[in-house]
Amino acid sequence: MGQTIAEKILSSHGGRESVSPGEIVDCRVDLAMGHIAMARVAANFAMFPRELRRVWDPERVIALEDHFAPAPDERWAMAQKIIRDFARQMGLKHFYDVKAGICHQVLPERGHILPGMLVVGTDSHTTSYGALGAAGTGIGYTEMTWVLVKGRLWFRVPQSIRFDITGPLPAGVYSKDLMLHLLGRFGTEAAQYKSMELHGSAIRAMDISERMTLSNMSLEMGAKFGFTLPDSKVEDYVRNRSREPFTLVTPDGDARYEAVHPVDARGLEPQVACPHSPGNVKPVSQVAGTPVHQAFLGSCTNGRLEDLRVAARILEGHTVHPDTRLLVSPASARVYRDAIGEGIISTLLDAEALVMNPGCGPCFGAHMGLLAPGEKCISTGNRNFKGRMGAESAEVYLASPATVAASAVRGKITDPREFQ
Amino acid sequence: MKELKLKGKVWVFGDDIDTDIITPGKFLSNPKELAEHAMAPADKSFAKGVKPGDIVVAGRNFGCGSSRETAPEVLQMLKVGGVVAEGFARIFFRNSIAIGFPLLECPGVHAAFQGGQEAEIDLEKGTIRNLATGAALHGRPLDPMLLQSIREGGMMEVLRRELREKAKALRPPAAP
Repeated sequence: MGQTIAEKILSSHGGRESVSPGEIVDCRVDLAMGHIAMARVAANFAMFPRELRRVWDPERVIALEDHFAPAPDERWAMAQKIIRDFARQMGLKHFYDVKAGICHQVLPERGHILPGMLVVGTDSHTTSYGALGAAGTGIGYTEMTWVLVKGRLWFRVPQSIRFDITGPLPAGVYSKDLMLHLLGRFGTEAAQYKSMELHGSAIRAMDISERMTLSNMSLEMGAKFGFTLPDSKVEDYVRNRSREPFTLVTPDGDARYEAVHPVDARGLEPQVACPHSPGNVKPVSQVAGTPVHQAFLGSCTNGRLEDLRVAARILEGHTVHPDTRLLVSPASARVYRDAIGEGIISTLLDAEALVMNPGCGPCFGAHMGLLAPGEKCISTGNRNFKGRMGAESAEVYLASPATVAASAVRGKITDPREFQ
Repeated sequence: MKELKLKGKVWVFGDDIDTDIITPGKFLSNPKELAEHAMAPADKSFAKGVKPGDIVVAGRNFGCGSSRETAPEVLQMLKVGGVVAEGFARIFFRNSIAIGFPLLECPGVHAAFQGGQEAEIDLEKGTIRNLATGAALHGRPLDPMLLQSIREGGMMEVLRRELREKAKALRPPAAP
């Protein structure tokens, strides 16, 4: 009986020949990533007998400060200090302070994520690593405490569902548009408790950055894992960043899927998720003209060099509309530096964008760019829940970097293809 | 050992109650404020009015969104007995089990209740009864391993006990 990617990774990590959906398997974890939630893990460790306060493997635990970075108030400053101290006390080999950037950008770009790994993180978008063929999934701080002690965790083997996406995507249409389309068409629960696999010519044509957007937002469909079918592009990406050996885990030809959805993306137009759900998706033509007070370009979903590049191409020679502010937060220090090297940051500044430090702040309404009551924001982030970016009566629209850039120029939601 | 039977007054919510509704992001740094604003975007009277043992009844995809464990935690802090929903988002589900907070997935439960009615739940059997109307529903009982986590009060309790015992075994015996 053939196995899907999720089944293969969970069976190898559970020390099993094979597993089937529904089974609960105790698995060895390859990598555990904790951000701000690590402060609560540290507090949990303080309840243990002193001589047993140690993590199972200091090389396999990564602590990182990306939420609330740099600290917006004293409480978060304290939480971050607790994490710094914890990382030192536990002898963690890898600790990234506020300067590094967002976890889901930092871990792949620094070579921590290898295909076939089982990764847990205290962040829902840990599914992002599926773009590199790694099984990544989010957990809370209690489970993270358990993992840090034992190096293992229980997993229910998920059903797998496959989307066969026929491409290429038309010009001006990006992987974010595809993801929003899937969310609108199949709903925010289509992958609840399930492992999503994205296959097909549209995926093959995408670079790793675009695939990361898909794996990242597979969580918005409820996914436990969100894989894009790994190929030689994944091998190249990882080999350029890591010397560790790995093998790509791909599904067997006779693997069993609960559902297979063919999707033709060749005629897709840019998509926008309207308030207050990532599943409330409309083609841009239906919402064009909606005024926006703020535009946000950044986040683990769309803050990479490729995203900034797309936005800069549209903003070049234009300025942001006077009634709109454009906030840009590169996803990591490396993305920021590379964007400076390419002249992208100059272009953004010339267009009168506000370029901020890397971090998660604006996307989840923590700090840096909250919305006033009644304001509307178009964002490259992943969620537009009520109150997510500030006031409860504010409205957030989700779109691709191209649509966000075009909308910032016009001061209203705009089809980016007008700028081609 | 925790009781696996619950009885309480219900608060009814709809579909897609996300973690930003349960614990709004802007109050995350202050547990007291967080508890005061729990569920506020959906029902401003909840945080003030909820009584120990009350039960949350909801529609589909309860707890969707972020991995913030504050979501089940704040409900536990407010002494909510448990949540019965048409369905749960994965991380909320796991986090609840991890902290020993009772959950039951039960199709049809949303339509079977109105706010303020009393419910009786048997987690082991996976049943819920509306004491006002007499309606009885069968949900999906939790896997025995997960029920055990609730019974033991969550993963931290288990870990602390295990490590305490391990520490005891490591210490040299007391001098005779």
